[in-house]
Amino acid sequence: MFRLLLLAAQQAGELQTGLKAVGRGIVYGAAAIGPGIGIGIVVGNAITAMARQPESAGMVRTTMFLGIAFTEALALFGFVLAFIL
Amino acid sequence: MVLGLEFPPVSHLVNWQEIWFKGTPFAISKVVIVYILAVILSFGFFFLAGRKRKLVPSGMQNIAEASLDFIRESVIMQTMGAQGLGWLPFLTTMFFFIFFINIFEVIPAFQMPGNARIAVPLILAVTVWFLYNIVGIRTQGFGHYIKNMCVPPGVPKALLVIVVPIEFISNFLVRPFSLAIRLFANMLAGHFILVTFALLTAALWGSTYVAAILPFSLLVALTGFEVLVAGLQAFIFAILTAVYIGGSMSPEH
Repeated sequence: MFRLLLLAAQQAGELQTGLKAVGRGIVYGAAAIGPGIGIGIVVGNAITAMARQPESAGMVRTTMFLGIAFTEALALFGFVLAFIL
Repeated sequence: MVLGLEFPPVSHLVNWQEIWFKGTPFAISKVVIVYILAVILSFGFFFLAGRKRKLVPSGMQNIAEASLDFIRESVIMQTMGAQGLGWLPFLTTMFFFIFFINIFEVIPAFQMPGNARIAVPLILAVTVWFLYNIVGIRTQGFGHYIKNMCVPPGVPKALLVIVVPIEFISNFLVRPFSLAIRLFANMLAGHFILVTFALLTAALWGSTYVAAILPFSLLVALTGFEVLVAGLQAFIFAILTAVYIGGSMSPEH
């Protein structure tokens, strides 16, 4: 810990860029967890519905894409935020 | 021997040199050329297809009619119903404009999705924002429209304190923002992925010829995937526009 602080005092700029890179990684990684699970649930249930009632596949597919689009937006916010940081 | 791959900074991947009118606000770079080509393509496609109309369609007219049918059946009928059929020209134009801008991601010599710069997605999203608000106010009246947008039906009175601000923010502020960000970030991410694998292939080809096979085969596969994404994002943009406009045309009771 002490060494890290000493390092921070000596090479403040380098440490800052390094920590920024770590922060970007954490932002995008964390933002991808929830939407990943969510899209899995959406698509899984859509497949179940299509398998049970193949005649309603067209409607289910449209709704599935809508659900994916809404869920995916959260991950994309994280992706954009990672570059803004 | 490659010990570390030097990845170019993000600004190098999306900023292109200005070709004509350098330094002025009207400078033309590769991205602007992509936009202009997309306008010409989407106009020219339907213009040429509709010029010599025949009862039994063939060639270009066939494709144009099939695409109109696709927008009508899977975008409008699923979200707005028959009352939204008047929006067919607008949604078709929007779908093809976005699709042609996106598809330049995989066309050799361009390989830059125009939507990886936020300008066009933002303008389209703001257009959609104005459209669904105007449609809502015209069909329901200002007070009714705001009430229908902010107060979802069947919510207990005590919860309204929390629900109304959330609905207001999500319907009026987050909607255009997420619409723009979704298109922009998807195309940007796709562009980055292709650039990453192309760089890997080039670096490995320079050092060891055999090892370049792996990233190159992935590059080919991902290029195919990006064609799918280009169409899918245009479809999602069109369908979300239809959902928003349909939502303000007929409120849920």
